[in-house]
Amino acid sequence: MPLLPAILIQSASRLVSLSGVDMAIIALYFVAVLSIGFYLKRYTKTGEDFFLAGREMTAWIAGLSFLAANLGSLEMMGWAAAAYQYGILATHWYWIGAIPAMLFLGLVMMPFYYISKTHSVPGYLKLRFGESSRVLAAVCFGLMTVLMSGINMYSMALVLKVVLGWDIHFSIWVSSLTVGLYVFLGGLLSAIFNEVLQFVLIWFGALLISIIGLIETGGWNGMVARIAHNFPGPSYTHLWSTLGSFGDNPMGIHWIGIVFGLGWVISFGYWTTDFLVVQRVLAAKDLRAAKMAPIIGAGFKMMVPFIVILPGLLGLAVLPEHLVGADQASATGSHSYNEVLPIMLARYCGPGLLGLGITALMAGFMSGMAGNVSAFATVWTYDIYRPFFRKEAPDAHYVSVGRWCTLLGVLVSIGTAYFVMQFHSIMDYVQALFSFFVAPLFGTVLLGMLWRRTTPAGGFWGLLSGTCSAIGLWAWVKINPAALQYVALSPKAKDMAENMYRALWSWIVCVIVTVVVSYMTRPKPVEELTGLVYGYTKLPSESGVPVYQRPIFWACVVGVVFVILNIIFW
Amino acid sequence: MHRSGMISIWFFVGTLLLIYGILILGAGLYGLSHPPAVVLAELHAGIWWGLLLILLGTLYSVRFSPWRGR
Repeated sequence: MPLLPAILIQSASRLVSLSGVDMAIIALYFVAVLSIGFYLKRYTKTGEDFFLAGREMTAWIAGLSFLAANLGSLEMMGWAAAAYQYGILATHWYWIGAIPAMLFLGLVMMPFYYISKTHSVPGYLKLRFGESSRVLAAVCFGLMTVLMSGINMYSMALVLKVVLGWDIHFSIWVSSLTVGLYVFLGGLLSAIFNEVLQFVLIWFGALLISIIGLIETGGWNGMVARIAHNFPGPSYTHLWSTLGSFGDNPMGIHWIGIVFGLGWVISFGYWTTDFLVVQRVLAAKDLRAAKMAPIIGAGFKMMVPFIVILPGLLGLAVLPEHLVGADQASATGSHSYNEVLPIMLARYCGPGLLGLGITALMAGFMSGMAGNVSAFATVWTYDIYRPFFRKEAPDAHYVSVGRWCTLLGVLVSIGTAYFVMQFHSIMDYVQALFSFFVAPLFGTVLLGMLWRRTTPAGGFWGLLSGTCSAIGLWAWVKINPAALQYVALSPKAKDMAENMYRALWSWIVCVIVTVVVSYMTRPKPVEELTGLVYGYTKLPSESGVPVYQRPIFWACVVGVVFVILNIIFW
Repeated sequence: MHRSGMISIWFFVGTLLLIYGILILGAGLYGLSHPPAVVLAELHAGIWWGLLLILLGTLYSVRFSPWRGR
């Protein structure tokens, strides 16, 4: 096992110690994901195979992969930490901040992406608005994707160092090259297969924390009582009832920000236009599978708080020490919020189970990174390389470019990880940069799909002005913190609230500019809108399909469960 | 996936769960004589979780076996 000698290079301080069986479980995981990559290489011959997994995925596989690409380990550890810090309010990012948007993607937007046969979201912009919008979207997405991938990689390596004492360089190189190799070999097909495997491991690795935790606290009511005893003051266990005022909840946010900023702009922007997740659905075998995949993903997404948020809440209830912020933790030597998930893992999981839990964290990291590099390779190859460097080339050439782009993406990500290591504050800036682009892009794509009058000039200038306004608002608050009261409508607003409102304003600017410019410029002829715009796209009839097999039926089921869950935890 | 001859992803999932189940069950049984220093160790979670993984792993490995029906 090549892993073992390097793993044994451990620092003196660590949160948990792994036994032989734990290390065997982790090593087997690496063997499994690489074996899948080598096995699938023989099935990845054409561009359609490499970039879109042959468009042969069933709704279940595309749906689970769709969710797994989002369920990175930082997502898990970060939201478990947020649950410890802000309580059950963190669940909003899984429910109102995801479910309506995922259902909307499946029912409304997917037909246009799928029927247009585009390879990517920037590719759709090319068909609808022309080359300038595609280039703007592709360059921003490609750049941000590899930067985010590197930042996630560094953060994960840092976590492995804190939790297990592993050498940070070892974690970065071994994990990244493993992901790079299996995506290089099997492209999106390999990424999707591994994401399904990783999704299963994440559930089996993390679910036990919640089960044993609830047994320890005597169930949900026992946990709530313990939290109220340990942390008197603002409620940590109510989803909506404390959102009437910025000062009444631990997050410092108002329900308007949650509903319109998170639930509308940020959520819809991410779930419907971020190619990292949309690419998985484009790989579906037919339109019905493409519509069902986000709905299946939404069903599972609703359950994720039970393995991510619940451990954070259980931490509030059962941990004898109070966790603190990262800065305070490094100054005092105590544990930070970010460590709550591994702390809970170490609290309940003995040998074997601990290895499975750590594997779940690593699987989360690798599924997220595979999503980034496969999306990067597709956008670079189809939206930048092909139109600007080599327009007409054999399909095999683009597959080859995609393969090497995968490795390039991994290497740039590793470079970013080392850059972040030197300049730690860059992390906040790049994450902010990523958010700048998502909200306006949603405005552009939404108007492009649903309003035939939107013109190419309107789409481009709306996207550009929305992105610039998001950057402007962010810079305004950085330069003058007092500006927060205007951006987020309250001086009491905290970082989360600022993000919500900034996204909302940038989306509004994008929509207004798009509409105004569109009315001032000439629209595309109707024949060029076929397959791209509502009203000019012939959608296959579902009249012969039984009700229980229709996407709308399952979307309603998921929607009803979503409403019930929100009422239960109101 | 409908591609001829391709092994189903669920076979890979089932096989890995089966192997993990055996390892975790073994560690759980060892814990009967050498209890791990975790909260609620008396629940022997490793044994139950290992058995669950073995059950699901076996089901999926057999159901999606590439040799089934040949």
